[in-house]
Amino acid sequence: MSLLHLAIIAPFIIAIFVPFFYKYIKGVHTGWFVLPLPILLFVYFISFISSTSNKQTITESFSWISSLGIDFTVKVDGLGLLFALLITGIGSLVVLYSIYYLSKNTEKLNTFYVYLLLFMGAMLGVVLSDNLIVLYAFWELTSFSSFLLIGYWYDREKSRYGAQKSMIITVLGGLAMLGGIILLYLMTGTFSITEIIAQSDAIINHPLFVPALLCILLGAFTKSAQFPFHIWLPDAMEAPTPVSAYLHSATMVKAGIYLVARMSPVFAEHALWVWLIAGFGLVTLFWGSFSAVKQTDLKSILAFSTVSQLGLIMSLLGIGAAALHFDELNPAIFTVATTAAVFHLINHATFKGSLFMVVGIVDHETGTRDIRKLGGLMNFMPITFTIAIIGAFSMAGLPPFNGFLSKEMFFTGMLSVLEMDFNWGILIPIIAWIASVFTFIYSMILVFKTFTGKYQPEKLEKKPHEAPIGMLISPIILASLVIIFGFFPNILSSSVLVPALETIMPGFSFDVKISFWHGVNEELLMTIGVILVGVILYFTLSKWRGVYGLFPEKLALNRFYDNSLDWMQKGSYGITNAYMTGSIRNYLAYMFTFIIIILAATLFGKDAFAFSTENVAQIEFFEVLLSLIIAIASIAILFTKSRITSIILTGTIGYIVSLFFVIFRAPDLALTQLVIETISVSLFLLCFYHLPKKLTEDPLSFKVRNAIISVGVGAVVTLIALSAHSNKLFDSISQYYIENTYTEAAGKNMVNVILVDFRGFDTMFEIAVLGIAALGIFSLIKLRKNGGKKVEDK
Amino acid sequence: MIQTVVYIALICVAVAMITLLYRVIKGPTLPDRIVALDALGVNIVAMVALVCIALDTNAFLEVILLFGILAFIGTVAFSKYLEKGVIIENDRNS
Repeated sequence: MSLLHLAIIAPFIIAIFVPFFYKYIKGVHTGWFVLPLPILLFVYFISFISSTSNKQTITESFSWISSLGIDFTVKVDGLGLLFALLITGIGSLVVLYSIYYLSKNTEKLNTFYVYLLLFMGAMLGVVLSDNLIVLYAFWELTSFSSFLLIGYWYDREKSRYGAQKSMIITVLGGLAMLGGIILLYLMTGTFSITEIIAQSDAIINHPLFVPALLCILLGAFTKSAQFPFHIWLPDAMEAPTPVSAYLHSATMVKAGIYLVARMSPVFAEHALWVWLIAGFGLVTLFWGSFSAVKQTDLKSILAFSTVSQLGLIMSLLGIGAAALHFDELNPAIFTVATTAAVFHLINHATFKGSLFMVVGIVDHETGTRDIRKLGGLMNFMPITFTIAIIGAFSMAGLPPFNGFLSKEMFFTGMLSVLEMDFNWGILIPIIAWIASVFTFIYSMILVFKTFTGKYQPEKLEKKPHEAPIGMLISPIILASLVIIFGFFPNILSSSVLVPALETIMPGFSFDVKISFWHGVNEELLMTIGVILVGVILYFTLSKWRGVYGLFPEKLALNRFYDNSLDWMQKGSYGITNAYMTGSIRNYLAYMFTFIIIILAATLFGKDAFAFSTENVAQIEFFEVLLSLIIAIASIAILFTKSRITSIILTGTIGYIVSLFFVIFRAPDLALTQLVIETISVSLFLLCFYHLPKKLTEDPLSFKVRNAIISVGVGAVVTLIALSAHSNKLFDSISQYYIENTYTEAAGKNMVNVILVDFRGFDTMFEIAVLGIAALGIFSLIKLRKNGGKKVEDK
Repeated sequence: MIQTVVYIALICVAVAMITLLYRVIKGPTLPDRIVALDALGVNIVAMVALVCIALDTNAFLEVILLFGILAFIGTVAFSKYLEKGVIIENDRNS
């Protein structure tokens, strides 16, 4: 176990101690005890930058289940390090923010920080694991801790709904991913990502390649809230705002992005990978930005915005992967898209984190997040307003913030599709451009509807004022990063971007130089177009807002999700109620029908009808007559009108059976059968006394179904008996008993010697059965609620 | 010779049992059926004895004795049920 392992495990260890801090140190906010950990981890991971920028990867292995090829292998390369820095860096800021956001007195801080630390450790595990099974384990842990955090205020109905929904969707994807991992294992024989990448050329034509690809992508799409699985993310906004900022903008939703980036070297040769990712990313981008405009809740706007931006990153990764797929084109055209994806990943984490924190501050200081109630907060919260402006402008892609740079690169990437020379290629930049217009509109709504316009004090619960300084530190840091990365993007390029890019696309050389001004080109014109059209549409918002009303609510994906859950539940109830009637008759009918079907099918399938009349004994006439008696009595039972006649007939059958035992030379059986039959008949008579008096004794009613089933069972069993008799494969082993009954066991009665000597164990447990039956009858009769007394005695 | 006689006797007893079965099924009253069952028991005893002769064995003599007792007990149980509706009474004084 190396220091790297310890870095991943550390959050789990601290999580154990959080409840003790909470319980025994009441005076200090528990968050202060948590805060040093992510900062330490951040500093620790910073120290890896020098080695990863020299194209070194650090691998540490810890044996876990080596016999199954599952080892806790940690690998730090460019991509993993980028995510680790995001997780720990934003994690520190979120913990700091949450200290001021969550009250020490009213919130259950112990659970909050335990869940948050679980999540942090799980997320570090996801991005640094080299073993796919370990990665999956951490992946499920992120789903699980996210579930706990969304349902943090578990007394609210909507929190529980959101938590359940996100759990169902992300676990669905997680399980699909596990399937993909196992398929990869079947193809390559290893769980190690490094080794799988090394074999990527060999597996592309494997028949399991496409299923594995689809399964892995399903996992990535559900986690990263891609269309149509994005529906859980807006409902996850019921979580506390620090959680939304951390999980649902900066880290967890990027786990899918991470997975796609990580698996690109394996799958990107295949065209399906390129087009699925690019296609779903674009649809998500458009649908997210389109839906964000109609939201009235600030966090919902940000949620849809996150969906849209994740789609943007995903589509860029898809187009970047085209560099691996299309060999004949110049790969440098497409690698720009990958660069844009990774760069925007960082940018999005910074500005979206700050925006969530801003929304949290607004919520905290005014008591509402509804933009219809908010307005004119600029004068009350100047600092928050400034941060919001920076974040929103960066999100909209305006200069001089970092969003502008990644948006320009995004357009470059989208325009590169035109190089691929296929008919509908022009649509892709157009969709991307329209989505950018919507992005611009909702970014403006977010800032200007909240902070400018008319101040409506009567609608607010509290008198708004500026947030405490502690709450502002984290968003200020993030907003400064937005500006720093905006003005000096190249401090990231060689240290973080290039190593990450080289991990995603091994074998390509990257020389990332990001600059604000690269002449008047198509991208700049597109950005100017976005701003112009966006401004016009923003000011005419009230005129075209009705377009959202045109979209039928019935077709909404949420409605579909809710209905399908409902259908599944009702369908399951329906199926269960249809066959679980509670009537034993029906269950017996199912059982016997299945017995008939299975046995008859086997008989016909195996062609077992080889009846032979060899070894058949001579039939005596009186035996025929006795059989006739049994047959007549059996049939007569079915048609008797009174129960007592049935009992007498049953007794008759029993006695004739004992007579058969005599004829077939089994004296012990005959004796036992006689006694047992007499006792059984007496017991039946005993039961008779307790039957309700008024009951009319109807003969059995005739049902065709029952008749068919009973005749079928009889026929099948007869056929099997005949078939078994005709297909005797071995001689009987009875010769041994005949020879050894007297010599070995000192007995002349062979049946009794077998019962108590050769196979005495069976006898012992049959004695036990009788004992249990006797005790059971005794307790059934005696141990009653009224102490075994008769009811009349009361 | 003896085998043939035994065989004919067996057939006769079997025919008798079938006719008794007719009485068991047909009734018309419950005592008819019970008496028929008792007579069936006696016939079974006869048949066991005949089978013993036919097989030349005395292994089934216990069966004859036991059946003598059981047929009696069974008939008594039925009779008591007919008379009182109960076989085993808790109240010993009635």
